[in-house]
Amino acid sequence: MAVTMKDVEYIAKLARLKFTEEEKQKLTHELNDILNYIDQLNKIDTSNVEPLSHVIDVKNVFREDVVKPGLTSAEALKNAPAKTEKFFKVPKVIGGKDA
Amino acid sequence: MPSNEHYEPVIGLEVHCQLLTKSKAFCSCSTQFGNEPNSNVCPICLGMPGVLPVLNKQVVEFTIKMGLATHCTIAPKSIFARKNYFYPDLPKGFQISQYEEPLCTDGFVDIEFEDGKKKKIGITRIHMEEDAGKSIHDIDIDTVVDVNRCGVPLIEIVSEPDLRSPHEAYLYLYKIRQIVTYLGICDGNMEEGSLRCDANVSVRKKGETKFGTKTEVKNMNSFRFVERALEYEIGRQIALLEDGQKVLQETLLWDSNQGIAVPMRSKEEAHDYRYFPEPDLVPVAVNQNWVNKVKATLPEFPSERRDRYLKEYKLPKYDADVLTTEKGLADYFEGVVENLDKKSDETYKLASNWTMTDVLRVLKVQHIEISDFPVPPKNLSEMINLIVDGTISGKIAKDVFEEMLKSKDSPRTIVEKRGLVQVSEEGAIEKVVDEILSKNKEQVDKYRSGKNQVFGFFVGETMKAMKGKANPKMVNEILKKKLSS
Repeated sequence: MAVTMKDVEYIAKLARLKFTEEEKQKLTHELNDILNYIDQLNKIDTSNVEPLSHVIDVKNVFREDVVKPGLTSAEALKNAPAKTEKFFKVPKVIGGKDA
Repeated sequence: MPSNEHYEPVIGLEVHCQLLTKSKAFCSCSTQFGNEPNSNVCPICLGMPGVLPVLNKQVVEFTIKMGLATHCTIAPKSIFARKNYFYPDLPKGFQISQYEEPLCTDGFVDIEFEDGKKKKIGITRIHMEEDAGKSIHDIDIDTVVDVNRCGVPLIEIVSEPDLRSPHEAYLYLYKIRQIVTYLGICDGNMEEGSLRCDANVSVRKKGETKFGTKTEVKNMNSFRFVERALEYEIGRQIALLEDGQKVLQETLLWDSNQGIAVPMRSKEEAHDYRYFPEPDLVPVAVNQNWVNKVKATLPEFPSERRDRYLKEYKLPKYDADVLTTEKGLADYFEGVVENLDKKSDETYKLASNWTMTDVLRVLKVQHIEISDFPVPPKNLSEMINLIVDGTISGKIAKDVFEEMLKSKDSPRTIVEKRGLVQVSEEGAIEKVVDEILSKNKEQVDKYRSGKNQVFGFFVGETMKAMKGKANPKMVNEILKKKLSS
């Protein structure tokens, strides 16, 4: 299941990244290297090992449901590349969203 | 026309409920609705680099509550995941959700049909996630974004594909709304978006065991639209199949103005969310002790409450059903009962009548929720007390009730101010009755010759003469006595 250039282009598109042909080739190569390494790891029998989602063994870090002041809208909008008085401005979105 | 009766729809619903926490899921910003745009924000919900989300404990408790209320298994360990996609109202570029290990799994709810029959609808999972912001498309030609809603906690309740008609879907959604509002974890308002619903719909020939190709219908933002949108989509799929075509797996948006579901653009990237465990949030571990603690806080549910009303207050089933439909209404009714001077089956029924007919009518006419109803329950009890002790008649009570809606005065004050006290003095009523009878000799003769229906005329005339303040029972008695003498 080697990664092809097409896969790289697809993933790049999903991540909104643009690459030159040269970079794509390099990435294809690197991604295959990583997957080969994973294949090697897959040879280990892990049937009795619980999947690890987090590297540190900490559970239940919570905050109480208390409101604290955040930023003002002026502060929030300060670094926005485009804005109106109260809103972030983005390129016109046509049609619906998929979420 | 396609022969619909040969097909069977298969529907599963995904319901999103906005949780009624004070602060957001992963930061301390307010969840208050209607604040100035982009003012309930901080670096965490704005998706600034280097920030660390911390989970709101209340979100976990609310979700456990919903899990328990729907007979789910509460997972001893549960993790968050990132759902990656780009959209302007999602500053981080991913939504924190749960994927592989949701908090609640394998539950069910019973939906109840109008004839009292029940059907079990499976719940696949309930998971915690955060809401996105709001894109506003209609200002000038640009799209603008308000991120106040970003990070507001949601639960997503995913049903099994157990629903077989738009009406069943409606009943299921109704049930879910009833449960979340009873639990007090969501206000259940579909129009304002605190309860949202997407549907997975397919159709198949009756008797077929395999599922057909499904479509996803979104944007059904009212109870009415859910049923209509599903009917539309089922009709569309059947028509395609009857025409020898195939149903395409796609996502459609319900357009309530046109009454149709429109396919969404750009399918190729859809549903490739590249979920992976959220590294910034540690696992949630819920032990039995915690589950038990939450269990102890669960309220009485509608069906239990209804049964109690039948037993404790001896109300008719219809009354008990109506009163317990919404928690707020049931609480109101119990508030009225609590303050009754005389507690008997009759006064309970009076409390039920006033709550069911008069209170509900006002809610309907004024389009308000019970929480906004202007008359506190103890005032309604006081008014009922006045009826019971004979101070006012049921008829006068209607006027008092109207007045209570307008002024903040107690019913007693209203009665006194407007001189509405019922006349129960025999002499006073007799005097008026004598006048009426002597003025209407012809009618009296009619009555005495056996035309009993004239009796109502005398009652009406007496009440009119006494401006409705006469004790109706006494008017009846006195009239009967005088007419038969």
